[in-house]
Amino acid sequence: MKVSDLVRELGLRVYSGEKGLEKEITGGYASDLLSDVMGNAGDGMVWITLQTHRNIMAIASLKELAAVVLVRGLKPDADTVASSDAENIPVLGTQERAFELAGKLYALLNDKLGENEPASHNNEKGN
Amino acid sequence: MKDFRADLHIHSVLSPCGDLDMSPRRIIEKAVEMKIDILGITDHNSTRHGPLMRRLGNEKGLFVITGAEVTSREEVHCLAFFENDIRLSLFQDYLDEWLIPFPNDPDRFGHQVVVDENDMIIDEVGNLLIYSIDRSVGQIEKAVHELNGIFIPAHVNRQRNSIISQLGFVPGDINADALEISRHTGKDEFLGSNAYLTDYTFIQSSDAHFPGDIGRAYSVLKLQEASFGEIKKALLKQEGREVVLP
Repeated sequence: MKVSDLVRELGLRVYSGEKGLEKEITGGYASDLLSDVMGNAGDGMVWITLQTHRNIMAIASLKELAAVVLVRGLKPDADTVASSDAENIPVLGTQERAFELAGKLYALLNDKLGENEPASHNNEKGN
Repeated sequence: MKDFRADLHIHSVLSPCGDLDMSPRRIIEKAVEMKIDILGITDHNSTRHGPLMRRLGNEKGLFVITGAEVTSREEVHCLAFFENDIRLSLFQDYLDEWLIPFPNDPDRFGHQVVVDENDMIIDEVGNLLIYSIDRSVGQIEKAVHELNGIFIPAHVNRQRNSIISQLGFVPGDINADALEISRHTGKDEFLGSNAYLTDYTFIQSSDAHFPGDIGRAYSVLKLQEASFGEIKKALLKQEGREVVLP
């Protein structure tokens, strides 16, 4: 699933970093402690947070995240937008809270992963 | 230059987590006993014990630098200090404007009382002071410097409520006059894993909440005399003034 699919499926607003919309998503991470994200998020993840400081882009870039989603209608700071455009990592937004958005993202990603599952299940049964 | 022993991070009884024994009178007594020359009064999101502390300190020959420990929107703790009572009260207005209102529950969080020089309670603050103010750390830094204050991110080595825990690293564009480390680490140990911060001045303080903690950690300031301007010069390493950690 690509970032652009996520934007469409969940009706997210795109604030910046449009050139990164075709990146593939591998999973998600929800946290507002940047030190925690730095230690625990992984490549290609979508990060759900309420932090708007420019440091979120430095960490998104360092961890090669697919996108950042700001919850509760929060908007990125001006220098966050500039970094997002420079790094080609989209900053997205939703009016929803982190809990609801994480739930929807989880369901969406598991659906997509699930599409590939029956084949492997059949293989297991075959064994 | 003379050496001044400075403990710049102390909570009074006004902070909900501050011990009831931490009256301005008692803090000054204990600081004198601990041979502290310069004391910073930094209650959570309030400056209201500052003027009394300054006066009581003057009477005992102790220089008190007045300020607060401000909690930003990102839940970063930072120390802010101001030169005189006028600027301090202007910063109090700023805190009053931006503190997110949430009533304190004294049974849960502790009492937030203002006392006089005889330890008599003269006021109680209703809104919880350990909450955040609705301003970012960058906005707070600018507000402090607009009042010619001193801005120091607090206990940057800590795993919670530090600029590093909340923002991952110290942003390059933050105009901090120094960084504070807690008494649980040393400057060399801290820089060992944070080499990018080598150029900063570091202070170390007790973050005392109980009388017995006052002076348990301190910084040595090399100054001509104890004054706000001299302290600022030492933090900025100007004109031979400096900070040395013991």
